[in-house]
Formats: sequence, C-alpha cells, structure tokens
Amino acid sequence: MTCNCAENKSWKFSDPEIDIALLEPTLEKYGDVAGSLITVLQKAQELYGYLPVDLQAYIACRLGVKPAKVMGVVTFYTQFRTKPVGKNLILLCQGTACHVNGSSGIEQAIREFLGTEEGEITADGLFTYNNVACLGCCSLSPVMMIGDKTYGNLTKDKAVKILKEIAAEG
Amino acid sequence: MRITVGKGSCGIAAGAAEIFNILKDAGVPAVVTGCIGMCYLEPIVNVDDRTFVRVTPDAAREILKFIRGEENGAEQYAIPQEDLDNLSVQHRIALANCGIIDPENIAEYIAREGYAAAKKCIAAMSPEDVIAEMKASGLGGRGGAGFSTGLKWSFARAEKGDKKYLICNADEGDPGAFMDRAVIEGDPHNLIEGMIIGAYAIGSDEVPIAMEGIVYVRAEYPLAIIRLEQALGQARERGMLGKNIFGSDFSFDIRIKAGAGAFVCGEETALIASLEGERGMPRLKPPFPAQKGYWKKPSNINNVETYANVPWILRNGGAAFAAMGTENSKGTKVFALTGKVAKGGLAEVPMGKTLRDVIYGVGGGIKNGREFKAVQMGGPSGGCIPAELIDTQIDYRTLAATGAIMGSGGMVVMDETTCMVDMARFFLDFTCKESCGKCIHCRIGNRRMLEILERICAGDGREGDIELLSDLAEQIKAGSLCQLGMTAPNPVLTTLRYFRNEYEDHIHNKKCTAHQCKPLLTYAIDPEKCTGCTLCARKCPGKAIAGEVKKVHVIDMDKCTKCGKCSEVCRFGAVVVD
Ligand SMILES: Cc1cc2nc3c(=O)[nH]c(=O)nc-3n(C[C@H](O)[C@H](O)[C@H](O)COP(=O)(O)O)c2cc1C
Ligand code: SF4
Ligand code: SF4
Ligand code: SF4
Ligand code: FES
Repeated sequence: MTCNCAENKSWKFSDPEIDIALLEPTLEKYGDVAGSLITVLQKAQELYGYLPVDLQAYIACRLGVKPAKVMGVVTFYTQFRTKPVGKNLILLCQGTACHVNGSSGIEQAIREFLGTEEGEITADGLFTYNNVACLGCCSLSPVMMIGDKTYGNLTKDKAVKILKEIAAEG
Repeated sequence: MRITVGKGSCGIAAGAAEIFNILKDAGVPAVVTGCIGMCYLEPIVNVDDRTFVRVTPDAAREILKFIRGEENGAEQYAIPQEDLDNLSVQHRIALANCGIIDPENIAEYIAREGYAAAKKCIAAMSPEDVIAEMKASGLGGRGGAGFSTGLKWSFARAEKGDKKYLICNADEGDPGAFMDRAVIEGDPHNLIEGMIIGAYAIGSDEVPIAMEGIVYVRAEYPLAIIRLEQALGQARERGMLGKNIFGSDFSFDIRIKAGAGAFVCGEETALIASLEGERGMPRLKPPFPAQKGYWKKPSNINNVETYANVPWILRNGGAAFAAMGTENSKGTKVFALTGKVAKGGLAEVPMGKTLRDVIYGVGGGIKNGREFKAVQMGGPSGGCIPAELIDTQIDYRTLAATGAIMGSGGMVVMDETTCMVDMARFFLDFTCKESCGKCIHCRIGNRRMLEILERICAGDGREGDIELLSDLAEQIKAGSLCQLGMTAPNPVLTTLRYFRNEYEDHIHNKKCTAHQCKPLLTYAIDPEKCTGCTLCARKCPGKAIAGEVKKVHVIDMDKCTKCGKCSEVCRFGAVVVD
C-alpha cells in the first residue's frame, strides 16, 4: 500500500493534545505484524485517553487497513472510547453480584453528585463515570474502580464521600 | 517466622496494601500471597500458623507487637474457629497454593512440588501417556461445558502441521465470577505448568512442531496480567519456558494478550477472532479450533482452572483425581460465592457436594439473617435454582436437570429482597448489550424479550406476556449460532419455571413483593411512627410530602416520583413501602 501518512507533516489532529510521536514506537513495532490492531489501539488509548475518529484514520493508514475496519473494532469493544474522559475515570461495576447488592442505587448517587450521565465529563473536568460488567472483586460488591484503586462494600454515602475526597485533591 | 499478607485484588481493595506497608516499614519481612478465598475476612495477615483477619491499621500495629513478642492486643483479630471450619468442607487442587505461597516468587512454587509434573512428563512420559492420564482423570473443561480435556487434547494432537497453538481462556466474562482471576493472581506458575504439559501433549513430535502459548486475559484484570508477566519471566529465566525446556528438545513459550472488553470473546471462535485483531464474532463450527484455530492452525483452548488442575493430575495420577466426585463429574470445582451470602469468597469443593454444603457450609448462609431464595449459576447463560432445590448435588448432569448449568463457577446468592423478574431483566439486558449482532434471533429476539421484561417491571405487564416470553425463548434457542444467544433465555425460563408467581404478581397485581421494581411500589407514612421531624419532606425531590414540625406527615402519591428517598432518610422507620 502506498501511504505517506508518516511523512505527511500536514496530518493535523482535531485534538491539539495528541502528540502522535508518542505512538511512533508502537506503530514501528506492530506496523507489519498481522493481527495487532487491538494492541495498537490499546496503546493509543493509554497514551491519549481516547480514540477520536481522525486518530483512528491515522492508525488505519499506518497499519494498511481501512478506516471502517478500525472503527468497527473500536465500537465493538467496550474498552475503547471515542470521546475524552475526565481526569478520574470511575468504573462502576454493574455485574450480577454488584447488581444484587444495590449497584443501581450507587449509580444514582454518583450521577446526582456529579450531575452527569454515563460517559460524560463533569464541568470541572475531574470525573467521568462508566458502568462496567464485573471487576472481579465480587465478594466486596458493590465495587467501583478509580484509576488503579478499587473500592468495595460501597454504600451511596461511601461512594459520594470517596468522590468528594478525590475532588478535594483536585 | 513466616509472615504473609493476602494481596489479591480483593485483599488490596479491602486495604491490604496499607497493612503490608505498615509491616514492611516496621522492618518485618512480610511476604505477598494471593487470595485464600475468604474475601469477607480481608485483609488477612498470617504469622506462622496464626491468622488475623479484618486487619485495620490499628490491628496491624498490634500484630507487630505480637511478632516482636511484646504484650499485644492482636488476639481480638484472630480468625474465629467457625471460619477455619469452613475450610474443612473444601478440597483444594486448583487453589492449593492460592493464599499460601508468594505468587511473585517462583522458588516458593517449586518448593511445593512445582514444575515437577512438567519435568516428569517431558523427561519420562510420551505425549500419548500424558493424554491417557488426562483421559483417566475424567477432568472436564472448567470453562462451562465440561468437555473431556484429555479428549480435546487428543484431537489437537491428531492434527498434522508445522505450527500449533495452545490458548488459555482467561476472559472470565461471567459477571460475578472471579475464580480464574484468583488462580492467576495467586498461583500463576500452576497455570503455566499446566500449559507446558498441555503443549507437550499436543505438540511434541519427532518432526518438531512450533508450539506457541497465548493467555487471553480480560482487560479488567490488571494485577493478574502483571503477576502472570512476572511469572513468565521467572519461568523463562529458569529454562522452564523457551527453547529446550528442562534441557529437552521440546520448546514452548507463552505470551499474554489483554482483551478489550467483550463478553462474547469468551466463546472460543470469537476469542480467536479477537486474537487476530478482529471484532470478536463467533463463527460456525466445524471446523473446530483443534482443526482450524488461530491463523487457521490447530489450536487447543482451555480455561484457566482446567489448566490449573493438570499439574496435580500428573503428579498424583488420573485415577486419584477420578476418585473424587460423581459418576459423570470428576475432581473438584471452584465456586465464587457472592451476592447475599454471609461469607463471600472462593470455595473449591469435590464434585458431588450439595449446594447447601457450599452456600451454608462454606458461605455461612444468608447475610443479615434473611431467607435464602435462589442461587444463580452459570451467569447469563445459566439459571436460578430455587431454595427448595438446595440439596441438589453439584455435578454437570444434576445441575443441568434444574434448568441451570454448572457454568464456570459463579454462584450469586439471592434472598427475599431480590426480585426474580428484575434478575431475568438484568441478565437479558446484559446479553443484549453483549450480543455480537450476527444472528437475528439473538440480536432482535433477545431485545424483544428484554422490552417485555422492562414493561413488566415498569408495571405495564399484559395478559399473555408470559406465553410470549416462553415462545420467544424457544425460538431464540433454536435460531442462534453460538451459546451466547442460545442460552440467553435461560435466566427467563428458569425464573418462569420456579417463580412464575412473581411474574403474575407483577403483571396482574402490579406488585413487586421484593420491593425492587420502583414503579410498582407505593409509599405511605405510618402515623403511629412519624415524629414529624420534617426530614423526608425536605429531602423529597417531588415535593410530595406535606406536614408541619412535630405533626404527622402525609405523602401525596400523585406527586410522588417513587424515588425512595423518604424511606432512606427516615430514622424512625415511619415510611411504609409496599
Ligand atoms: C458467550 C460465551 C462466553 C464464554 N466465556 C468463557 C470464559 O469467560 N472463560 C472460559 O474459560 N470459557 C468461556 N466460554 C467457553 C469457551 O467457549 C470454551 O468452551 C472454553 O474456554 C473451553 O475450555 P475448557 O474446555 O477448559 O472449559 C464461553 C462460551 C460462550 C459461548
Ligand atoms: S448467537 Fe448472538 S452472540 Fe452468538 S453469534 Fe449469534 S448474534 Fe453473535
Ligand atoms: S422522616 Fe420519618 S419521622 Fe420524619 S417526618 Fe418523615 S416520616 Fe415522619
Ligand atoms: S418516594 Fe421520593 S418522591 Fe415519593 S414521597 Fe418519597 S421522597 Fe418523595
Ligand atoms: S459483579 Fe461487581 S465486581 Fe464482580
């Protein structure tokens, strides 16, 4: 495939925060390895927090696949996001054990506290919450994860208190 | 003196990292272990044969004094005898080392006969011997279906080719199950050793076959990935992975692939598609993965717990494994006990025990002294087994006869506050979100079922809904390609079978006796109990509560949005929900 996206310096991303040079080592490493699209996307999301359409198109070009294929994969897996998230991403478990132990009430409390719906960023840019389907800590249900920290045995008050503490830290 | 701190994901969530640091900072050589399975007692600290539970930072300081032989108050944190007794119902094979050894140190695994089985296989057994031993053990796949592992290996072995893959399914998608996570976090070498033996059985031949191992781990398990990565490195350093394992001419290595969040990728053909970087959509079988798997090469896929049983079987012989269990189900099974159970955690019991043995014997019955109502087994593909069947024996066939399945080992316990219609709705909501969309019956049929259930839970159930649900369920079972779609109606069918009265209550009487379906509830204030504190009126978002200070308050049901706030805030139990 003839492609000059790497050389094409005029390739502009709508999000000025995206420094594509950071992805270069990954693209170098996996560019020719069949079946590595998901791995590259995971790395890109780790770097930039989300996968906007123009970034998807760039990755498609570099890997020599159609942009539609990249979008197909991005939209298939729940891990991938096409919108940016707040500084703290809250993963709220809605798995069976957590559901039985009242996770929908926790969601209500979080939603009221943040004033946002799932996937949105709060006005102060601090939080986004996403529902997920089991964090593997079911014995401590209901559970949520923020960054790499897991919080178990949640109550509505406890969940809100944790968010307040994080918000206070900024 | 050996001092250990349980640092599985569950222990860390309960605060184990802080406890570990307190001990470390005080100069105590504490060792990390995985999850012992008593998650409800976490954080757990062991000092030689003494176990301390629910360890707070204060408790840790008392334990420090105990370690130093000073006067201390550690005794109050000692594990109660009845909790120790829970372990006696269990028989640990897959979990034998979990919570005991340091998963980050290969030497501890080796000290407990680790890698002895792999070494023996490669040095002294032919691949055919290994497969014969596996067949004799009667081990069935722990991913859910229970298919004979020995037989599966023999299929992959029989295929010709220059390259084969051995894949471990660590996708653990059933929400409410965490057995595989515990094995990887707590004893990763056990999994690695099982995979080495599998690879040898499938791929060792006179004309060398390139064997490659892949562990597909779900993205939500970061700690498992870290521990496994570490363990793989240590095994490689010691020549247990890589070229010429144990100095033989057999070579094998393993890499990790992190999933990206899709339940359907637990299905083996979808998993393979995902490994190839595609959307994880199942395809028709045959060809089976053993014939055409990853990159169209012969591939063997087993679950984590399946592999974790293999080293024990090769050390002790297939017959010893087959001596445990029942006619059709051999060995042990790990269950993740969660939900309304008093003592949530992991339990590994011999097949043939009853649900009561697990839920009451290990799980300590129901939380807060409530009534046991049902247990969901097999997750979204399984079903609810009601209280009257609690003496059901745990084996593949007996469980299937109830309409549920063994599944991968999730046991979500429910009590009288769980609404079974809501549970059915919950599972269908899950499967609808996770359907890959390939088949019309799964994609649209399940959605129609979900809509009916949502309607019933919202109080708009109609005459004929139950029949409609049953009819759709049969058609979806018949018209779906993979097990995800085929089994999606199971939670509805089992709840209809055992809890039909709850459906009828919802549809005809507009009542949810478990008080879960909000639109069906009514709120009223008991004039006898109301002190007129005004709290509920101030908190009510709909301004539906009228009353003056120190006077009985009244709810106007026309204005009430049924949010439940009033019953939550009333400190006098005056709000009656029905
Ligand atoms: C929708 C769906 C999800 C599945 N999820 C898992 C899973 O998370 N883990 C697993 O080991 N098997 C899962 N399976 C079963 C696998 O397809 C496969 O049978 C299993 O990994 C084989 O290993 P075993 O023989 O050792 O059980 C799933 C099957 C289906 C249809
Ligand atoms: S049954 Fe459902 S999940 Fe399975 S292949 Fe068909 S649409 Fe996909
Ligand atoms: S909160 Fe309870 S006691 Fe207070 S006014 Fe309301 S119902 Fe009465
Ligand atoms: S349920 Fe909510 S809306 Fe209804 S009376 Fe109570 S607080 Fe008000
Ligand atoms: S169901 Fe919530 S952590 Fe598993």
